[in-house]
Amino acid sequence: MTYEFLQNYWWFIVSLLGAILVFLLFVQGANSVARSLGQTEEGRRMVYNSTGRKWEFTFTTLVTFGGAFFASFPLFYSTSFGGAYWLWMIILFTFVLQAVSYEFQNKIGNILGPKTFQFFLTLNGIVGPLLLGGAVATFFEGSNFIIAKDNLVDAGAITPIISRWANASHGLDALLNPWVLVFGFAVVFLARTLGILYIINNVNDEDIRSRASVRLIGAAVPFVVLFVAYLIHLLLKDGYAINAAGLIYLEPHKYLNNMIEQWGLLVLLFSGVVMVLFGIIYTIIRKDFIAGIWQAGLGTIFTVLALLLVAGYNETAYYPSTADLQSSLTLANSCSSEFTLRTMFYVSLLVPFVLAYIIYAWRAIDKKKITKEEIQSDDHAY
Amino acid sequence: MLQNLILNIDAGTIDWSRAQFALTAIYHWLFVPLTLGLAVIMGIVETKYYLTKDEFWKTAAKFWQRLFGINFAMGVATGIILEFEFGTNWSNYSWFVGDIFGAPLAIEGIVAFFMESTFVAVMFFGWKKVSAGFHLASTWLTGLGATISAWWILVANAWMQYPVGCAFNPDTMRNEMVSFTDVALSPFAISKFCHTVTSAWIIGAIFCVGVCCWYLLKKQHTRLAVESMKIGAAVGLVASLLAGGTGHKSGMDVAEVQPMKLAAMEALYDGGTEVGLKLVEGIEVPYGLSIMATNDPKGYVPGINDILNGYTTNDGKVEPSVEEKMARGRQAIEALAAYRKAKAMGADEATLNAQLTILNANMQYFGYGYIQDKNDVVPPVAINFWAFRVMVGVGCLFILFFAVILAVSYRWPKFLFGKRDITALPAWHYWVAILLIPLGYIGSECGWLVAEFGRQPWTIQDMLPTWASVSDIQASNVAFTFFLFLILFTTMLVVEISILLKQIKKGPQS
Repeated sequence: MTYEFLQNYWWFIVSLLGAILVFLLFVQGANSVARSLGQTEEGRRMVYNSTGRKWEFTFTTLVTFGGAFFASFPLFYSTSFGGAYWLWMIILFTFVLQAVSYEFQNKIGNILGPKTFQFFLTLNGIVGPLLLGGAVATFFEGSNFIIAKDNLVDAGAITPIISRWANASHGLDALLNPWVLVFGFAVVFLARTLGILYIINNVNDEDIRSRASVRLIGAAVPFVVLFVAYLIHLLLKDGYAINAAGLIYLEPHKYLNNMIEQWGLLVLLFSGVVMVLFGIIYTIIRKDFIAGIWQAGLGTIFTVLALLLVAGYNETAYYPSTADLQSSLTLANSCSSEFTLRTMFYVSLLVPFVLAYIIYAWRAIDKKKITKEEIQSDDHAY
Repeated sequence: MLQNLILNIDAGTIDWSRAQFALTAIYHWLFVPLTLGLAVIMGIVETKYYLTKDEFWKTAAKFWQRLFGINFAMGVATGIILEFEFGTNWSNYSWFVGDIFGAPLAIEGIVAFFMESTFVAVMFFGWKKVSAGFHLASTWLTGLGATISAWWILVANAWMQYPVGCAFNPDTMRNEMVSFTDVALSPFAISKFCHTVTSAWIIGAIFCVGVCCWYLLKKQHTRLAVESMKIGAAVGLVASLLAGGTGHKSGMDVAEVQPMKLAAMEALYDGGTEVGLKLVEGIEVPYGLSIMATNDPKGYVPGINDILNGYTTNDGKVEPSVEEKMARGRQAIEALAAYRKAKAMGADEATLNAQLTILNANMQYFGYGYIQDKNDVVPPVAINFWAFRVMVGVGCLFILFFAVILAVSYRWPKFLFGKRDITALPAWHYWVAILLIPLGYIGSECGWLVAEFGRQPWTIQDMLPTWASVSDIQASNVAFTFFLFLILFTTMLVVEISILLKQIKKGPQS
């Protein structure tokens, strides 16, 4: 295994975790429409109990995504998290609110009342995907940072901080870029679409399923419009390329070129988009079809994986700096040492085992769909 | 002390970043020990159900699992902030040692968090859906996941106290891992893990015993109270004895690799041989500190002044003064700067090697190059001194407490406890047990105060001080998020306590 192989391998693993995370945002998406799907208290409880059996997977994937990024590309971790402070803090803040909301909302002794925690779930359901989507968009749009490693040895009157954000808004500036917002809202509506498909699959209740079919169109149409708009923009825009000397320059249609030069990713992206559209459309036209979450979910993983790989592979700077082009992060200049990447490679071989027991446990829990009766009889229901 | 006054970094940024990390870590540690401790207790209770098929044990297991779940949610919520704070608030740190420090965090996610989150869902929702054996395995795997998580995060923390298995790379400007086993199996990490986890079991045990005493006081759910109390007290006694033993080993580790921390814990300014252990100011156990630090009554223990001015140990090892370390640290930094400048200008191999030789000869004092005043390397003495005493005092008290509870529960030895009925003690006995719950938390948090205040001013011992570790953010931003988390976590804590109390009052549901 060469150092370059390990860098590419770890970019693949981080991208895969990111892609799985976007799929698992169905929890957030379903929560964002819980009030409209379940119009009675009982209906809402079914929705919350359905996502409540899965929220920890999303949460854990987010944490592992952060940990894997830290271990494999620490300069991204230090630059993006320390620089885009507010962007990440708001994301984390809404996930903290979510983490307690299930357990607390319907317990006796909840002095804030169930509605407070239901509001938190809605807030996380919208803001979480929006800002996570926005953060992913900065991989293509660029961020405002400067990296100077020699600051560390500027002894005396030193400023030993290596990574600096070049403006005072610390990440919120990303939201001033309309394309970041387009992608962010595409993720919001994608999460909502997936959430509705999941509820159709997981909750066995005629009222909720019939309302969900209607809401599905309302979520899927804006998603498709926003996603296609961003995809066209991405394929036409200049990208951040690396030349033979390791210098970063702007290359016209870089991301389009990446897809053409790595046609496998184009196939992955195309098949992902087709699967998502199939999952949505087939669910809308066939009222008895409830498995759309699987096609759309796998399609989402394929699509996001292809986009993230396009951002980092083929001599591309995956975290570009708009303040100083040469500060942009590439797989080679931001990764961990060869020793660490190799060690972590062996650790990553545990992942299939982890996935196997997750699938086994998930199937065991989902053998029976959520029903009114189950919620009433389960003494741990939220 | 602060050299870095340009751009966004000022004293406020450093202090607020420290305060925020302390706040979130202290809050997180309110929930984690109960998770680890209750995991053992509910595991034993459910094992009893599995073995006896007596519905009573199933009801008891569900009861403790319900309390576990309420607490678990808060542990998860407060934990996510800590992981990301290394990046958001300590960005320089994250680059400087991310090559080593990131790995345990990633492994924690892959190995521990998924195990925990997968099987906790089976434990809560799987009673009617999976077999009794699978459910029991899920309950234990939830606890095992939490414990493995503790292992990896304590490996990471131990590495900050005792950085091993790494080498500085002047080309990448960071420390890089050279031995995974040195990092993952560092003796400091093993001691820290054993001490921390056994201390967490004490919290689970005192919580269990306290809740049981409440029921006995109210004369409710007597069987659950008596049976659970036996389990809780047994776990508590074993845990507090183990915590004592592992604590001694931790003390020896600290004496070896962080002598300044030990000196601060003891408020020992002028050390020597045959040093006594102060119980409080003016009362001391002869030879106590020498034995604690070296296992030898004649062992040499340096004091704060000795460390500042340099000293020689019994076996002839000479430790330079802090001023000398500062000078050598500056030499390392200057050599590194010269190396990088020479390399950028395409200098020959000999020039580069000359600078590397200077750098390598002084690298172990690299962090001292950022120190302006030698007194800055002295951690806050009063906090360390008192926090250490509270921790040890509470630990000793718990050994006695759990032993008495067990003796009364089993009415053994007969001549002392034969006539005692655990269900019919005077009310104040139960109140003592209930009031010991907060004391357990105070002792546990004090342990972390010693661990973290004792390391000051370093984020990584001798390698990087706090002011060279932070992110480039204005103090006002960090102050804002500090209060945001303070308000949020405090509110959530109040809600959690309210829910826990109601659930305890409601009792087990058969």
